[in-house]
Amino acid sequence: MYSKKVIENFENPANVGSIEDPDGVGIAGNPECGDTIELHIKVVDDTIVDIKYKTFGCAAAVASSSMLTQLAIGKRLDEALSLTMYDVAESLGGLPERKMHCSNMAEDALRLAIEDYRNNHGSKKAAD
Amino acid sequence: MTKKIYLDYNATGPVLPEVLEAMLAYFTVEYGNPSSVHSLGQEAMEAVEDAREKVADLIGADPNEIIFTSGGSESDNFAIKGFIGSLKGKKAHVITSAVEHKAVLETVHFLEESGVEATYLDVDKKGKIAIDDLESAIIADTRLITIMYANNETGTIFDIPSIGKIARDRGIAFHTDAVQAVGKIPVNVKVDKIDMLSIAGHKMGAPKGVGALYIKSDLNPRPIPLIHGGKHEFNMRAGTINVPSVVGLGVAAEIAKNELKEKGKRLKKLRDRLEAGILERIDNVRINGDVENRLSNTSNMSFAYVEGESLMIDLDIHGICVSSGSACSSEDITLSHVLEAMGVDRVIGQGTIRFSLGYGNTEEEIDYVIETIPKIIKRLRELSPLYKEG
Repeated sequence: MYSKKVIENFENPANVGSIEDPDGVGIAGNPECGDTIELHIKVVDDTIVDIKYKTFGCAAAVASSSMLTQLAIGKRLDEALSLTMYDVAESLGGLPERKMHCSNMAEDALRLAIEDYRNNHGSKKAAD
Repeated sequence: MTKKIYLDYNATGPVLPEVLEAMLAYFTVEYGNPSSVHSLGQEAMEAVEDAREKVADLIGADPNEIIFTSGGSESDNFAIKGFIGSLKGKKAHVITSAVEHKAVLETVHFLEESGVEATYLDVDKKGKIAIDDLESAIIADTRLITIMYANNETGTIFDIPSIGKIARDRGIAFHTDAVQAVGKIPVNVKVDKIDMLSIAGHKMGAPKGVGALYIKSDLNPRPIPLIHGGKHEFNMRAGTINVPSVVGLGVAAEIAKNELKEKGKRLKKLRDRLEAGILERIDNVRINGDVENRLSNTSNMSFAYVEGESLMIDLDIHGICVSSGSACSSEDITLSHVLEAMGVDRVIGQGTIRFSLGYGNTEEEIDYVIETIPKIIKRLRELSPLYKEG
């Protein structure tokens, strides 16, 4: 059912974990639907310098989270925002049609994390 | 392909060697049509009738009460649609359970669209119906009760004798989907007062695509056929008999009858070993179903903080084949309808795996599974935002 790349990213997902003092946090999905992710980012000069996540979800969800974070790291925020689940699916060598929504969740979490960072960024600067 | 450890026998299983051997001649040598008058046809007919006797014998029925079908789903459809159809449009109410196989549920839903009323009995945490609920649900128009013998997901065995008695006393037809029970536990249609019973070959070492429906000879009215055409199967089910598969079903039934007790004991030992081994090594695990009263080969377990499909895939990567009751492995986004009906917690229930043992499993295999699962659970829990260590 799954491509080799999906299985690789499921067996050895990249960027798993959490960041001690994250600059942005995004939580997406719903455990009752069997799918949730918590994603952290560290931002320097408008660029994602570190990104970590934890995922409760199917193999496609884990693999998508792994791939999305690999694509996002080192990108400027606006660049990262333009990443879509299709980019993720393509980099994974494709996902079964009914699993595409799993890669959507990671994309949502990243968007929310960036929003979170941007919302706090202003007040943070003011506090400094 | 490296050898897998197969723990999904409730889904399907291999054809037993003796079954396959018995079938082969009927593909190429004894290939006659049982309806043909010439000797090649008659030989095939005799083989079919021999199989019919063996299947009847397994469930305590008479051979003329056994109709061969293409499997469990057809038998369920035939029993329910056929019986309701025989009522010729008279008002009808059907009672079933919320945890039936889809072949029963969808058939009843379908009949509701044409005016049949239905009651879907709730189950408790163990997946059982309350006999009182069944009695309360009976109304003047109740014509059919259809309740499974044993549940495919949890293995929970229903109180069929009590249901049979209630149905018989009230003159209500009683059908049971016994697809998971036949060949695993003793079933006697006379003792249990069953009017119709579904059997599926591939759950008992026979091929896929063959099964049977038992219909009590004096069931009145008699179900109408689902499939019209030639006068096959006592005019009840048209279509040239799948002779090789029916022969296979007969042999499987005979083997099941002879080995039932031993097999049940052996599988219980292995299943209990598996459960004990897992519970010893992993915390936050719950067993779903009626632990004291379930099929001896089945173990349905929910592992908290992990998701079922990822667990199933990880197990598969390690060579272990199981089924998952989680959302992402099916088309829906909720738990399986059985787990939902049992009130299993919607998040914990996402981490549900069904282990169903069978013919080929050994102690070594079970021990490998016991050693392997903790590593997998540990990894997936560490990956999960829901798991807080310590």
